[in-house]
Amino acid sequence: MNKNLPKWVDLGLIPLLTLALAFAVSGLVVLSIGQDPIEVVKVMIQGAFNPFGIGHTLYFTTNFIFTGLAVAVAFHARLFNIGGEGQAGLAGVGVALVMLSYDWPHWSIALLVGTLAAMAFGAAWAAIPAYLQAKRGSHIVITTIMFNLIAGALIGYLLVGPMQAEGSLPESPGFPEAAALPTMHDILGWVGIEFDKFAPANISFFLALIAAVLVWVLIWKTRLGYEMRAFGHSEKAAVYAGISPMKITMIAMLISGALSGMMAVNTVQGEAERLVLGAVEGAGFIGIAVALMGRSHPVGVVLAAFLFGILTQGGAELQFTLGIPAQMITVIQALIIMFTGSLENLVRIPMEKIFIRAGKGAS
Amino acid sequence: MMDFLTNDLLQLSDSAVRFATPLLLACLAGLYSERAGIFDIGLEGKMLVAAFAAGAFSAIAGMPAYDGGWEMGAWSVWIGLGAAIIASIMFSMIHAFASITLRGNQLISGVAINFFAAGITVLIGQYWFRMGGQTPQLRSGQRFEPITLPFAEELKDVPVLGDIYYQLISGHNIIVYMAFAIVALTWWVLYRTRFGLRMRAVGENPGAVDTAGISVVKLRYSALIITGILCGLAGAYLSLGTSAAGFGKDMTAGRGFIALAALIFAKWKPITAMWATLLFGMLEAIGNKYQTLDLGFIVLPGQFMQALPYILTVVILAGFVGKAIPPKAGGEPYVKER
Repeated sequence: MNKNLPKWVDLGLIPLLTLALAFAVSGLVVLSIGQDPIEVVKVMIQGAFNPFGIGHTLYFTTNFIFTGLAVAVAFHARLFNIGGEGQAGLAGVGVALVMLSYDWPHWSIALLVGTLAAMAFGAAWAAIPAYLQAKRGSHIVITTIMFNLIAGALIGYLLVGPMQAEGSLPESPGFPEAAALPTMHDILGWVGIEFDKFAPANISFFLALIAAVLVWVLIWKTRLGYEMRAFGHSEKAAVYAGISPMKITMIAMLISGALSGMMAVNTVQGEAERLVLGAVEGAGFIGIAVALMGRSHPVGVVLAAFLFGILTQGGAELQFTLGIPAQMITVIQALIIMFTGSLENLVRIPMEKIFIRAGKGAS
Repeated sequence: MMDFLTNDLLQLSDSAVRFATPLLLACLAGLYSERAGIFDIGLEGKMLVAAFAAGAFSAIAGMPAYDGGWEMGAWSVWIGLGAAIIASIMFSMIHAFASITLRGNQLISGVAINFFAAGITVLIGQYWFRMGGQTPQLRSGQRFEPITLPFAEELKDVPVLGDIYYQLISGHNIIVYMAFAIVALTWWVLYRTRFGLRMRAVGENPGAVDTAGISVVKLRYSALIITGILCGLAGAYLSLGTSAAGFGKDMTAGRGFIALAALIFAKWKPITAMWATLLFGMLEAIGNKYQTLDLGFIVLPGQFMQALPYILTVVILAGFVGKAIPPKAGGEPYVKER
């Protein structure tokens, strides 16, 4: 962050330019595999917004809001939580355990306990790396990567062992029917709006929006949020001001883990209604791109999550219509992470030159 | 008992060496980068793109001309290896440009490189070969064949030592032997050459190196080129030197991260890295051979063996069993004083 840079350049122009660069290079990739970028964009937008597609787009958006917020909250305390994938995976286990343990009579109770279970399990999976970072100085990036891989093995074991349903598929038994969350079709039906009956989007979408508001309040309107930002800005100064690194690291990571975990409410409880292998599908990692693009601000995160929702659903359509592998989205995601993250100075340094020189000339 | 020793244990050790080879190469790759002060969580991606380039170019080089191939016969495998190294160096240079020149976040750059590799290999693979992201099955001349070391046949009936020589030491492909030679070479470079000394210094205190009039940027770029070469070898081994005989999507399957784990486990030292990767290779071999492991008092599921390298790394990182202290300047971009 440069003080001399006007705010609209810092928060508006630079992100837009980096995003434009990422898309330009994505366009080159599309050309290099013999496809027409304009056609690709058309197919993606059509695929993401048609009556069938929008229900999927919102479903993916929900996941990315949760995982994006998770990464963003940790970013504020200058912690890089790459562990969203494992935290969300374990949260799925938590949701499944709670859902299968009791015949929940109504979806509202199921939503409440499911959310609490998801948060608790996600936070618990983040707690060990957080503790090791705070207490023993173990690099949180490495430990969270390791915990992703350990979670993968653990879930793999549970789904072919203790939690497996009858049969040979690696999945848990289905959840009780009364616990099924209202889908977007149901909810919009209450207010008389038509929506695709089979779309996976469900009430968790609103849960995600509420989470975004709460994160905004936490980061900018509470003492804790202030402490987190202060800690992220300068650990030394924060310690001098009486802020405990141990406390901030733990709390930031627990909240981050809980947010990652909440995506399991959307996928495991809302959509699959059972625990299946690979329920997270990389959403934990997409959260990194979402948080970077959204500049760790909840509004930015929601917008970036929507963009990635469009990309994911549009990408599925690409495969269907043009035969381009779904990995096209992985490439776009990588380029966005690259240009808005590690290569940001490619744009920032020239911008600083232009605007600071211009500023000096004016004054 | 003798039977167990000579057969099962030798067989396990033999597969441990095979499993350890790509880990070892990637681990040494990471060693150069991190010793020079650049974090590299993109080992996985570089290995993957190298594995793809190796599989694709070896296949194309060996194909008949009417299929658009180059009819290079036994040279194909070397074309594949060269392509792997070039592709991996290119990715390493993206990381270098982001981390050194632009002083960007090294961790984020690594994450991006992993995703880019995961996506682009399938996209281009599908465009070139239309096999769902795979490359064509490689034939003889397009892949590395096992080498029988001198006298292995003659000595194989000698008890124990002959068995070890014939089964364990002989019969691997050239990259396996290269990997172990590179361990020694790395030790020598790191501790006995000027370049090694400077590289270690630049990872601990780049300011001091700069003050001595040595270019931090040049040193770090050189280290990352070596990282690229070694990841290239590691990736080429996967598609040209294993029974896979070709590239399959996501074929690195987390090996880049196990290599990273091994690097921490080995505390950024080359000889220890060899033992760490052999240990992790052994775990993989055991997990591969036995679905579940009955130790008498407890039955361990296969997934536990799969997770064990990661668990061990966390334990080491936590400092409960010997502390792993990374190079001090790792991850911090160097800003020259003006």
